[in-house]
Amino acid sequence: MQVPAPFEYERATSVDQAIGLLERLGSSARLVAGGHSLLPMMKLRLANFEYLIDINPLHDQLGYIRVGGDEVRIGALTRHRELLESDELASAFPIFRDAERVIADPVVRNRGTLGGSLCQADPSEDLSAVCTTLDAHCVIRGPRGERVVSMEEFHVGPYETAVGDDEILIEIRVPRRPGSGSAYQKVERRAGDWAVVSAGAAVWLAGDGTISDARVGLAAVGPNTTGIPEISATLRGQVPDERVYQRAGEIAARSCDPVTDQRGSEEYKRHLADELTRRTLRTAVERARS
Amino acid sequence: MTAVQEPKFSEFHDNDQKPVGFGRMLRKEDPRFIRGRGRYTDDIQLPGMLHLAILRSPFAHARILSVDTSAAEASPGVKLVVTGAMLAEKGLAWMPTLSNDVQAVLATDKVRFQGQEVAFVVADDRYHARDALELIDVEYEVLEPVIDARRALEPDAPLIRDDLQDKRNNHVFDWETGDEAATEAVFASADVVVREDIVYPRVHPAPMETCGAVADFDAVEGKLKLWSTTQAPHAHRTLYAIVAGIPEHKIQVISPDIGGGFGNKVPIYPGYVCAIVGSILTGKPVKWMEDRSENLISTGFARDYIMRGEIAATRDGRILAIRTNVLADHGAFNGTAAPVKYPAGFFGVFTGSYDLQAAYCKMTAVYTNKAPGGVAYACSFRITEAVYLVERIVDCLADELNMDPAALRIKNFIQPDQFPYETKTGWVYDSGNYEPTMRLAMDIAGYAELRKEQEEKRARGELMGIGISFFTEAVGAGPRKHMDILGLGMADGCELRVHPTGKAVVRLSVQTQGQGHETTFAQIVAEEIGIPPADIEVVHGDTDQTPFGLGTYGSRSTPVSGAAAALVARKVRDKAQLIASGMLEVSVADLEWVKGAFQVKGDPGKSVTIQDIAFRAHGAGDLPEGVEGGLEAQICYNPSNLTYPHGAYICVVDIDPGTAQVKVRRFIAVDDCGTRINPMIIEGQVHGGLTDGVGMALMEMIAFDEDGNCLGASLMDYLIPTSLEVPDWETGYTVTPSPHHPIGAKGVGESATVGSPPAIVNAVVDALKPFGIRHADMPLTPSRVWDAMRGRATPPI
Ligand SMILES: Cc1cc2nc3c(=O)[nH]c(=O)nc-3n(C[C@H](O)[C@H](O)[C@H](O)COP(=O)(O)OP(=O)(O)OC[C@H]3O[C@@H](n4cnc5c(N)ncnc54)[C@H](O)[C@@H]3O)c2cc1C
Repeated sequence: MQVPAPFEYERATSVDQAIGLLERLGSSARLVAGGHSLLPMMKLRLANFEYLIDINPLHDQLGYIRVGGDEVRIGALTRHRELLESDELASAFPIFRDAERVIADPVVRNRGTLGGSLCQADPSEDLSAVCTTLDAHCVIRGPRGERVVSMEEFHVGPYETAVGDDEILIEIRVPRRPGSGSAYQKVERRAGDWAVVSAGAAVWLAGDGTISDARVGLAAVGPNTTGIPEISATLRGQVPDERVYQRAGEIAARSCDPVTDQRGSEEYKRHLADELTRRTLRTAVERARS
Repeated sequence: MTAVQEPKFSEFHDNDQKPVGFGRMLRKEDPRFIRGRGRYTDDIQLPGMLHLAILRSPFAHARILSVDTSAAEASPGVKLVVTGAMLAEKGLAWMPTLSNDVQAVLATDKVRFQGQEVAFVVADDRYHARDALELIDVEYEVLEPVIDARRALEPDAPLIRDDLQDKRNNHVFDWETGDEAATEAVFASADVVVREDIVYPRVHPAPMETCGAVADFDAVEGKLKLWSTTQAPHAHRTLYAIVAGIPEHKIQVISPDIGGGFGNKVPIYPGYVCAIVGSILTGKPVKWMEDRSENLISTGFARDYIMRGEIAATRDGRILAIRTNVLADHGAFNGTAAPVKYPAGFFGVFTGSYDLQAAYCKMTAVYTNKAPGGVAYACSFRITEAVYLVERIVDCLADELNMDPAALRIKNFIQPDQFPYETKTGWVYDSGNYEPTMRLAMDIAGYAELRKEQEEKRARGELMGIGISFFTEAVGAGPRKHMDILGLGMADGCELRVHPTGKAVVRLSVQTQGQGHETTFAQIVAEEIGIPPADIEVVHGDTDQTPFGLGTYGSRSTPVSGAAAALVARKVRDKAQLIASGMLEVSVADLEWVKGAFQVKGDPGKSVTIQDIAFRAHGAGDLPEGVEGGLEAQICYNPSNLTYPHGAYICVVDIDPGTAQVKVRRFIAVDDCGTRINPMIIEGQVHGGLTDGVGMALMEMIAFDEDGNCLGASLMDYLIPTSLEVPDWETGYTVTPSPHHPIGAKGVGESATVGSPPAIVNAVVDALKPFGIRHADMPLTPSRVWDAMRGRATPPI
């Protein structure tokens, strides 16, 4: 059995109390949500924190999916499983269900949370790629109140986010626009493994069938999950067809920054960025049309 | 509440009606596992027990300059800190391996692989023990490591084993088998010669339960009680007696429930010895349980053979000879588990199931800065490597000749009338009837239709592959004259005692790690003496309770201990017949055995059951002249030969041309393990082994970076397959009994692990035929398959 170094543990009673504790304890403290990223690191003693503040008691307040007309709001403590099972969310943004089907396994999905996933900021993290694809915004609360940042601002670097030591990620907001379709695909060596590469795509079609906007987000091909503005610029105004997907795929392959590792060679990963970009765009367009 | 569909018990349970003996029967041990009442080493809690943790080397090759334990000793809860230097003072720093090499218990001079044991801490709980490890200050001088086995024998390669006297290089052994000159002659005149470099990468058995031990040394009694995760409790006890100098009768090794072994629990690990030393020094019971990373980086790996295979044949597909050259990576200490005279295990069966004119193998084994082991990971002593080699190279030949791989195999099979068949490397196959097994697999698969489907798919640019493997295994080691481990002959004892009320207890030397021994052995005895399996207690895994024997690995339990169980039961039955003759007042010759009773020939009304006889054996009445009371016997079975199970496997894969992901769509496994004792247990063994095979073929590999860091130190990095990677297994069987085994059983524990990797790789290579591929090495991860599709299949090491 792998055992962590000693730490103190406290259960949060409210968001403000948790923020108060964070403020007092500084960088020696950490929030624990699902624990599926934090605890393995602590057991391997790659991470040693003196204090853990358990925010799971706040699930009633921070675990929700609210699908509104203009935006979808998802609480940071919403579990993978809740994201997977929500029909409302799947009908607004099918990309969530696509992604959740291939994230980890049921045991991890029962506990792991949206907030923990984004705050972990692992470059292979799937939900970050989903949120990037959907142009989500993150609501962060701290002693000085609330602020809202874009995904680009949220990710500062690998395993680093805009959330300060005394702050909590509260909510994700995903804007809704008409004519949307979205999809996610992942290549993994085995079910439940982290992505070799994964890609998300979202498109918004105008009344005439042309692309009014499109976004692609990739995971595991760079220091952080990567949105690719050039793809959006290239796709806007186009009639979606294979030629357009091919161009998007080419841009994806060239714009990402993968490294060779046990999961695959750099070249293969670039190829996958291309292939999966095309596939997800194709599906996203089909879904937008139907 | 959700409704659960009741299983139809008739599907599982035909043995209920028989009423005793062979047949499907639910496992006797399962209620305790299903209810969470299994008792594993980590479940052992003793009063005052302390906990041990091991400090391991972060480097693959480094000299130890100093070890400072003072801070660790002062750490809360710490009772004891021990270094290699302290063990050296007691003469315990080194211990023998199973291959007559030595291995460091704790490093004294150098560390020779990442994860090697350097020091240990004993504390009042496992947290304190682990915390204190971080306070031990070791100063290392990092040395250049040898990671690539191909570099090990280069003249300027760093010397790993400078502890061995006069050792000047990293050479472990050379070994050869077969006739080099005769083979060369056949190759020189053959129409067709195909050559392929084939790597079987290093993999790990990765049992669910990691290794561990609880040592309890009683200084007053001078007795050591050791619970440990061992597949061979008796062999371990003898070795502890030799190494630690504790008299053998004062050592009790208990192997409680084991959560998977696969060969990983055959060796004696330094951790077991540390636990013993810890208990002796503290006077308290000491528990050591390694964690997942420790298990993956430091315990017995398997495979790691770099092979060149060559096959010679006539143009019309008659295989003439096979030749191979192997470079074996044995890691830092030669800890291979194999009979002493077989340093390469039973690799000699690389001639496969084919009638050859000649064969030859030359092998060189080297030391590298990697974990030691080379265990029999579900491989019957290196047969996995041998079968992979021959079944891959035969497929390469089929490709060269443009012949159907099934037809090529059938054409070259050893024929039924050739058995017993002596191979060109000296193995005497006991029995076999290969073609019906192959044909059955092809029928289940619908082989001709599959080939048609493949042709249509190829025309559409889809990638579908059909892979075949046909294997013959050599299991059940083995005849004691030739086979021993560190001098201990590989024969097995067995004791059977029938109680007065006709219930029985059978005591075995082998230990189960999930194979269902408590059921299978009860059924073997039941078949012979007619007592229902439910009334037979199987006792195993405790050296104080069981007769001597060499343990469970290499699929030897049924071939060796299974034979012992059948024979000891026959001995009891013979005695029962004497007693019955007295009870029925007829001569022994006038009695016949109808399962469960002796009856007077021609007079079914006059009979006594085995239960009646048991009571009489212990009762007040007279027994026949010269017959002692009681109804029990013991035996030590020395097999006259190995047994040779065979099987035909067919795998169907689909490959996504865009992502290069391989999906195993179908897998057909037809096994012939001789007499079938419990078909349900056999199927379970086969399912597990096939899943193992998917792992090895598609994802598993213990990789290292150039500094010797192990890249497979967790199950996030070392992938093992899940139910989502495997298809619905399609199994079938034929029965060719072993002629020399008392019940004709051959063993099946490893068949599927041995037979499945080549079927899967052959299927993938077959799917990639449109790209001009003849070979691609495991693990066939998407990235590596994609490389192969670009004509750049590279070895994984
Ligand atoms: C076996 C396994 C397989 C996995 N496979 C995948 C996969 O395929 N794809 C994938 O994307 N992920 C995968 N994961 C990761 C999984 O999704 C994790 O649950 C997730 O990354 C972290 O979520 P968590 O709630 O468990 O976070 P935790 O582990 O509790 O926390 C992670 C980090 O985020 C911080 N944090 C958590 N919540 C907040 C908050 N509200 N505000 C500020 N900081 C916060 C914590 O302090 C910590 O630093 C896998 C995990 C495991 C164990």
